[in-house]
Amino acid sequence: MMRDITLGQYYQTDSVLHRLDPRVKIVGTLVYIVSLFAAKNVTSYLVATTFLAIMIIISRVPFSFIVRGMKTIVFILLITVLFNLLLTPGIPAYTIWKITISYEGIRSAAYTAVRLTFLILGSSLMTLTTTPNNLTDGLESLMKPLKVFRVPVHEIAMMMSIALRFIPILMEETDKIMKAQLSRGADFESGGLIKRARNLIPLLVPLFVSAFRRANDLAMAMEARCYHGGEGRTKMKPLIYKSRDIAAYILIVIYFLLLLTAQKYGFKLIRS
Amino acid sequence: MSIICDHLNYIYSKGTSDEIHALRDVSFKIDDGEFVGLIGHTGSGKSTLVQHLNGLLRATSGHIYYNGEDIYDRDYDMRSLRGKVGLVFQYPEHQLFEETVFKDVCFGPKNLGLSQRDAELRSFAALKSVKLPDEYFDVSPFDLSGGQKRRAAIAGVLAMKPEVLVLDEPTAGLDPEGRDDILGLLRDLHEKENITIILVSHSMEDIADYAKRLIVMEKGSIFMDGRPKDIFMNIPELESIGLAAPQVTYIMRELEKRGFGVDVTATTIDEAADSIVRAVMRNSII
Amino acid sequence: MGIIEADNIAYEYLRRDEEGNVEAIVRAIDGVCLNIRKGEFVAILGGNGSGKSTLAKQINAILYPCEGTVTVDGKDTADEDKLWEIRQCAGMVFQNPDNQIIGSVVEEDVGFGPENMGIPTKEIRERVDEALKILGMYEYRKHSPMRLSGGQKQRVAIAGVVAMHPKCIIMDEPTAMLDPSGRKEVIRAARALNDVEKITIILITHYMEETIYADRIVVMDKGHVSMTGTPKEIFSRIDELKAIRLDVPQSTYLAYELRKRGLHLPDGILSDKELVTELCRSYATI
Repeated sequence: MMRDITLGQYYQTDSVLHRLDPRVKIVGTLVYIVSLFAAKNVTSYLVATTFLAIMIIISRVPFSFIVRGMKTIVFILLITVLFNLLLTPGIPAYTIWKITISYEGIRSAAYTAVRLTFLILGSSLMTLTTTPNNLTDGLESLMKPLKVFRVPVHEIAMMMSIALRFIPILMEETDKIMKAQLSRGADFESGGLIKRARNLIPLLVPLFVSAFRRANDLAMAMEARCYHGGEGRTKMKPLIYKSRDIAAYILIVIYFLLLLTAQKYGFKLIRS
Repeated sequence: MSIICDHLNYIYSKGTSDEIHALRDVSFKIDDGEFVGLIGHTGSGKSTLVQHLNGLLRATSGHIYYNGEDIYDRDYDMRSLRGKVGLVFQYPEHQLFEETVFKDVCFGPKNLGLSQRDAELRSFAALKSVKLPDEYFDVSPFDLSGGQKRRAAIAGVLAMKPEVLVLDEPTAGLDPEGRDDILGLLRDLHEKENITIILVSHSMEDIADYAKRLIVMEKGSIFMDGRPKDIFMNIPELESIGLAAPQVTYIMRELEKRGFGVDVTATTIDEAADSIVRAVMRNSII
Repeated sequence: MGIIEADNIAYEYLRRDEEGNVEAIVRAIDGVCLNIRKGEFVAILGGNGSGKSTLAKQINAILYPCEGTVTVDGKDTADEDKLWEIRQCAGMVFQNPDNQIIGSVVEEDVGFGPENMGIPTKEIRERVDEALKILGMYEYRKHSPMRLSGGQKQRVAIAGVVAMHPKCIIMDEPTAMLDPSGRKEVIRAARALNDVEKITIILITHYMEETIYADRIVVMDKGHVSMTGTPKEIFSRIDELKAIRLDVPQSTYLAYELRKRGLHLPDGILSDKELVTELCRSYATI
């Protein structure tokens, strides 16, 4: 169960996407997300789909691996789609008992489903092709201007990279403690909401204790290796834009313009 | 009481790219009152196997019979099985969570549906049998020392009165004193309370001293199954899978090669010392 | 002058009850003197609660003594201006490999120390590659630490310290959580660092087998140094070791049992080869 979460995990292989500067990938992902919300017709979605498909292919991450990360959010996806389907007013398409589904509802449900799916796929593609440290380096560098406003950029970045490193470890730990408590006859599945929440105590207490112990150990290990904040720190892999990064930026701009063009002149599902 | 594993197979993440065949056609029978050592290096499938014994993992194919009943039968009560086959995980102290040691130990018996009184009686007996001094019963489990924490955690499983106790490397990370305490405790439970013990370990020395039977695992299959003495005779095979016989066995073999006429099947220090002394006496008389 | 000198140090901490009131003052180490020469391989042996880990943390200036002074390469650990120099000079490896690896890729983790020291980018790269090669982990440089074995993770952690070019490495029970093959990997690495790179090694452990290659063993008990000497000297004093519930290597123990049974064998036998040779010399008939 815990093994299925690919969100925020790095998939090790060698591809152009892996080698790109993390800043390009972060900006690219943001642009892509914005573009998804800008897209409102079939042609523009075709452009977005093609772009994502090409990116997935050149990332060399197996499609099945990326999709596995989707499993965890299927539930949220279904709810959103259902809400859109049932609660959008408009020209009725079907009426079953008292529930009316409108054409607009179908349309917006379909768009929301695609939009959310692409959003998750796009952002997990970024984390799958970028090591967490690299990602936080990128964020740190992009957020640098915020230092003027006394935002602790380095500290935030360090915290994020440590959180990312420890998520899989804590997942494994959760699995282990759960099994240990199941062996002592614990029950995590039956009962009402309150009972279930209470039944989680034997899982959550040991998990927190362990997380604190790890945090303590880690802080000590970091200090022992001379960590004293961002000041005077150098980088083993400083971020320097290479020609391929510039090319990637240009491609992102071209993609966005293409999508806007498609949006303006493209084919619409329903005239509104 | 008996556990029969019949052609067990277990595959992790079946149908994906990182599919792992963790158990391959594993069959064995463990009888009432045995003390079995389960060895193999990391990743040999021993931890996966023990998680099948109380139904935490369900075999991809094959059957497990506990007391003659198939635990995969639809109407088999899996929860009562977990009371009968107690499983102590590696670093069991990581599962402690209650405010006091005593309350924590009561968690298991209460889950079995026992009354408060019965649960407390059992917990008291369990804490006594792990020899945790009374003054620690009302202390927070997080204030105990490493060895004490582990004993409290084992008591938490013992309080369920299991017929079989399975322990996954119960001595990991303990110092020699803590290790001897835990192993001595297991011997007592086996001899005095007649609990069947299955001890997972990678320390040959520990196992040679305590287990009457060894099951050696390698790549998810059973590699050898027999008495420790017989198994330690196969040094080349053991070494081929990254294991070794106890150091004593090597010494006895070497002495035998030099014509000492010692008992090469000796696996414990006492046996070895006696055998060497006998050989020396015999030699000096001639 | 030694690279590490501890002069009559003591360390106390306060134990508090639930309301935060001071319950007791625990003297974790008391009157410890230690002088470690450059290039030495020193093993510090002791059970849980003997104060050995507390002592280790004094050397790396994670803890400061309440009484007495610790100097590392001539620098007093109480001198805050020298803090980073001291930590760079005396690197530290901890018990749990998962809790000390900061990077999500092996080489990024090894680069963490040099980055903190402000080493220029190009040199960091060189140091990281060199450190990984010394520890035999170069081919894993792009891997995620999650997928490595315990022994490999610990070697990455050691590489992370080696990349800081320390004169001395303190290893605080680096093998306690590893399986036998992982333990061998780490001890082999420690010995190689000492032999080839001439780095002073302080190995803290409770496994006796790991200390037999040390130049010197310091035995700690209840916060005091109870014995110090070469492995041969220390392991001749079996009764004293047993009194503080420490182990001895199996061959040493067998020799001891044989002596008790009346055979004439020299003190301080450490390996099975030695024992066999001695037995043959004194008692072989052929």
